[in-house]
Amino acid sequence: MNQGRNLFRTLVLILGFAFLYIPIVSLIVYSFNSSRLVTVWGGFSTKWYGALLHNDQILNAAFLSLKIAAISATLAVVLGTLAGLVLARFGPFKGRTLLSGLTTAPLVMPEVITGLSLLLLFVTMEQIIGWPAGRGMTTIVISHITLTMAFVTVVVQSRLSQMDDSLEEAAMDLGARPHKVFFLITLPIIAPALMSGWLLAFTLSLDDLVITSFVAGPGSSTLPMVIFSKVRLGVSPDINALATILVAIVAVGVAITGIMMARQQQQRERDAQMALAANQQMIESVKKG
Amino acid sequence: MKPLLKRLGLQGRTAVTAVPYLWLLLFFLIPFVIVLKISFSTSQIAMPPYEPLLQWTGDKVMQIKLNLGNFAFLVEDDLYWKAYLNSIWVASVSTFFCLLLGYPIAYAIARSNPSARNILMLLIVLPFWTSFLLRVYAWIGILKNNGLLNNFLLWIGAIEQPIQMLQTDFAVYVGIVYSYLPFMILPLYANLVKMDLTLLEAAADLGCKPWQGFLKVTLPLSLPGIRAGCLLVFIPAVGEFVIPSLLGDPGMLMIGKVLWTEFFNNRDWPVASAVAIVLLLFLVVPMMYFQRAQDAEAGGVHR
Repeated sequence: MNQGRNLFRTLVLILGFAFLYIPIVSLIVYSFNSSRLVTVWGGFSTKWYGALLHNDQILNAAFLSLKIAAISATLAVVLGTLAGLVLARFGPFKGRTLLSGLTTAPLVMPEVITGLSLLLLFVTMEQIIGWPAGRGMTTIVISHITLTMAFVTVVVQSRLSQMDDSLEEAAMDLGARPHKVFFLITLPIIAPALMSGWLLAFTLSLDDLVITSFVAGPGSSTLPMVIFSKVRLGVSPDINALATILVAIVAVGVAITGIMMARQQQQRERDAQMALAANQQMIESVKKG
Repeated sequence: MKPLLKRLGLQGRTAVTAVPYLWLLLFFLIPFVIVLKISFSTSQIAMPPYEPLLQWTGDKVMQIKLNLGNFAFLVEDDLYWKAYLNSIWVASVSTFFCLLLGYPIAYAIARSNPSARNILMLLIVLPFWTSFLLRVYAWIGILKNNGLLNNFLLWIGAIEQPIQMLQTDFAVYVGIVYSYLPFMILPLYANLVKMDLTLLEAAADLGCKPWQGFLKVTLPLSLPGIRAGCLLVFIPAVGEFVIPSLLGDPGMLMIGKVLWTEFFNNRDWPVASAVAIVLLLFLVVPMMYFQRAQDAEAGGVHR
């Protein structure tokens, strides 16, 4: 009985993960294929990686995308943390429902709508106040912040509502001002959530095609825009090479984060044990005295 | 001293609330007002390619020109409503298959060994960290006529001729289910892992067979997770642009593609705006539903 259920569970997981990972593995395998016809195996080769290194269009687009992603992720974390804090800690206030709606809507809003509306906003603003002049990196960054701060808000809000707020209350009772409580107590505790929020925002920004296409100007083609225009014409092996590099970066990043988190966990357990031992010692010495 | 501090604290609170609030009002809410405004204007060949709604006529009278023609156009030309209906249909079918696939996976993970759960969930979200565009691209290599799947089916002798899979509706369904599956699994898992398993024991003690226990206890209790997962897949899938343009038939009618074409190829901003407004009207109810579920899930009002 139980064995049957275990078998079912294993089977589901194997099939599920096969579905999720076979496409990615196939991308990687064919990036080492010397034949131009991506799916016909022509022998092992790394020539597409070489071709990639000499493709200035892709390299420039990648550099621009990385720059945009780093700036927008950082600002999105700041704004998203504020919004998450307001929603999780400030209790009910006038306009809370609207704020909560404004932070969840970008999560599901079809990107064609967000992209079009942001472009029309930028055009109108330029007509009225003359800023932003034309479209390019600035408009892309603003759009990416708006999109990704919603994700950061969700991460921060759920972390804060799981967190025990007695530490914050204790600090307040001891006379710490709200901003001091935030920087000394709340921020260090939610730091891992901010880190994952930043990474999420960075990835989303790096990956966005639709919104970016609307708000980008001539000469500001990001990596997804270049990939899309190439891929539309069919498969091309240098895109496989690019995908492989991206997967490798993500895998290394995840491995490092995993190791760091495991170490932190160990450290925390050790600290807890030491605190417990010290406590025990103190109790005993008090008893003796 | 104390009232002053309190007042400072309150002002700090206002500032903390105001910054993200103003940002979202300016860059998320106001843009929709502008889209609405432009959907009522007339297209013209200029930059920007539409006529202003408010015009000063000679004798200091402001004239408002509301043009309902764009919306009338959407109703008259059957291309648009066919695209809306088809998008909703495609999104519904994809959501259904996402649920069919995602539920057993989320269930299997939630009932796994606690130490294995985190690693398994990490593996579920990991593909999400690599490029969405490149994962859709991977399916071109798998589904095309001399692609992996056709070669495999030929090799095992299941088919004698390659089947046309790329540029069909099937490919779009596969692409949407594949790309959005983690969004279905995440809320389902969060719900299933929290479930009190003693309820199932109680059901078993009262004579429920395991499958009855699942149907009468687990499934009803997981409804909030199902709802959140389905909305998280359905709403963005209705406006999906990338997947139908890369995997679907070029003639496939999806509203995201129609909007894109109106905007980039026809440069008709007013019609594109009207398309967006109508799409938004279709989605406003599921979105409000989602927002309420999301707020309840995130803990709602704290303290």
